[in-house]
Amino acid sequence: MPRFSIPEQELVYSGHVACPGCGGGLAIRYMLKALGPRTIVSIPACCWAITSGPFPRTALKVPTLDTAFETTGASISGLRAALDALGMKDITVVGYAGDGGTADIGIQALSGMIERNTDAIYFMYDNEAYMNTGIQRSSATPFGAWTTTTPADMDGTWKTEPKKSMMAIVVAHKIPYAATVSIGFPEDFVRKVERAKSIKGSRFIHAFCPCPPGWKYSPENTIKLAKLGVNTNVFPLYEVENGVYKITMKPSKPRPVKEYLGTQGRFKHLTDEMIAQIQERTDKTWNNLLALEGFSKEHPYCGL
Amino acid sequence: MAKVVMTGNYAQSYASKLARAQVVAAYPITPQTSIVEKIADFVSSGEMETQFIKVESEHSAMQVCISAAALGARSYTATSSQGLLLMHELLFWAAGQRAPIIMGIINRAVAPPWSIWTDHTDSMAQRDTGWIQYYCESNQEVLDTVLQAYKVAEDPEIRLPVMVMEDAFYLSHTIEAVDVPPQGAVDAYIPLKRSPWVLDIEKPTRMGSFMGPDIYMEYRYIVAKAMQESRKVIVEADEDYGRRFGRSYGGLLPTYRCDDADVVLLTIGTASCTAKEVVDELRKEGKKVGLARMRVFRPFPEEEIARLASSVRAIGVVDRSWGFGYAGTMFTEVAGALYKSKSKPLMKDYITGIGGRDITPQVLRGIYLDLLKVREGDEEMEWWGLRRPEKEVKHNA
Repeated sequence: MPRFSIPEQELVYSGHVACPGCGGGLAIRYMLKALGPRTIVSIPACCWAITSGPFPRTALKVPTLDTAFETTGASISGLRAALDALGMKDITVVGYAGDGGTADIGIQALSGMIERNTDAIYFMYDNEAYMNTGIQRSSATPFGAWTTTTPADMDGTWKTEPKKSMMAIVVAHKIPYAATVSIGFPEDFVRKVERAKSIKGSRFIHAFCPCPPGWKYSPENTIKLAKLGVNTNVFPLYEVENGVYKITMKPSKPRPVKEYLGTQGRFKHLTDEMIAQIQERTDKTWNNLLALEGFSKEHPYCGL
Repeated sequence: MAKVVMTGNYAQSYASKLARAQVVAAYPITPQTSIVEKIADFVSSGEMETQFIKVESEHSAMQVCISAAALGARSYTATSSQGLLLMHELLFWAAGQRAPIIMGIINRAVAPPWSIWTDHTDSMAQRDTGWIQYYCESNQEVLDTVLQAYKVAEDPEIRLPVMVMEDAFYLSHTIEAVDVPPQGAVDAYIPLKRSPWVLDIEKPTRMGSFMGPDIYMEYRYIVAKAMQESRKVIVEADEDYGRRFGRSYGGLLPTYRCDDADVVLLTIGTASCTAKEVVDELRKEGKKVGLARMRVFRPFPEEEIARLASSVRAIGVVDRSWGFGYAGTMFTEVAGALYKSKSKPLMKDYITGIGGRDITPQVLRGIYLDLLKVREGDEEMEWWGLRRPEKEVKHNA
């Protein structure tokens, strides 16, 4: 018998219409493997509202509710309230939303949901732009990136603002559990979602999901980039449980960010100077995270 | 039956308790707040068993109700004015998803300028969202109508959300004695029963996914048909309620002293009770006037209006809302209903009571007397009682 390092059960059917190499497709697959069949998913406007298939078909083997773009936090609050009212106890409620639906238009409903400590999981699959509408910048688009609304055809027309930190925002609500995951590390990914499932109250997962058409790279490189993002410290893997930070993967020798940036068309306009600047920012954020890990052991939710 | 002295807002709260609403989500806005404050009291004292979600906006209040309804929980919310406008997008979702949500609306003017007083612009602007709309004229009617609304909304052939309107302050903050029906009788009238057309963990389905041009149109047609058929169900629910509780309200367009009327005024909301007094007064003076009240605006009572038109010389419409660029909101609808009617009475639109301006007996008497004089070719629209600031307000030089 083969032994699997993540659950074997598939809750996403084949036949969905995601692009080849879709990071979001792997994220929902791993997420549902970890959560199991007694799960209800709420999906707002995002790639997966479409790629999971048109009516009457669906690629998902769990009950699914489609909702308006900005509603995920409220929608999972309503699903939980109904389950509680109906006395259905053993069902996991999860919202599966993109970075635009989470960090931009949906942030109010998300904040409300976490502040009420709604017993549900909010899962943000982050492909770092509005990919479903054709690659427009979101507040989760990283500094320096090209998108169709940050055309990078002249100096300073790329994304000039840093990526919004959703982890910091949700931790500021004193959320019981928040974690970052990457589709490049399925075991770590599944372990964290399983951990989230075992906790009561609001939980938040931030998933790093490379996107071939949006990031301008060849589809076979999705996993490579998902790993490289972590190994360059551009997207560190960590979790925050009851305010205590724990970095779950510490590259012994982090790769230079140039290796990560250089393989993507969306960064091809970057000069060596800008790459050095991004390296510096990345190092600083990483060191901050290390400091948080050390300090929060004694001082959970430090700074709050 | 127990008589309780209460405001129109408390009538909403009592009705949601009697209906055993399982999920309540709401956000405060004047003049709606006392509805949810009362519900909070019911919940904290243990009188009402409900999941009461104190959301961060009206938009989220509506989504909580939509998602709760997707799982088959009975839900309730309430709002006013800006809050209702903020919900607009999700009102379409609720109807499209066939979510039988009941929402109390305290009709309040919209900004700018800021106003907390009544007019009907907020709910009239939701005309095309697929919600059934009731407008009440008394606190008793508010309580009774919320219960009727659940009966209609959860009918297997209908499955549409319903708004129950009351005028800000005239009802929301004014008290009267209201009969509160016994819980057992309400349970028998609207039994709590989970619909089979909801998300089920044992039988995974999907609700709301996208449709191509090949079937989208048919899907919307089915919703449209449900709204058409709700006319019959609204009348039946009202008659059934009458048999059980001794009160019914005359369906979609109740009339008052219209049988031999020469002219009829069409009102909506609390202006209707005032108008009845004026009708009695004018009848004593020998003037043949009648009144029709738009109790249900959606679905629109087109047949009732056509019937009314067959026997009167003129119909006046008292519009407490205005559709920019054309006419009062009810007027255009009533005129549209007369297109198919053989007899076409004269019509006049009276725009009044905007932003809480009182519609007093004197105002309505003036309107009736004007309507009695209406002749072919007269102006068909008038902002009634409009002050002329350029004449009346003296500016400091």
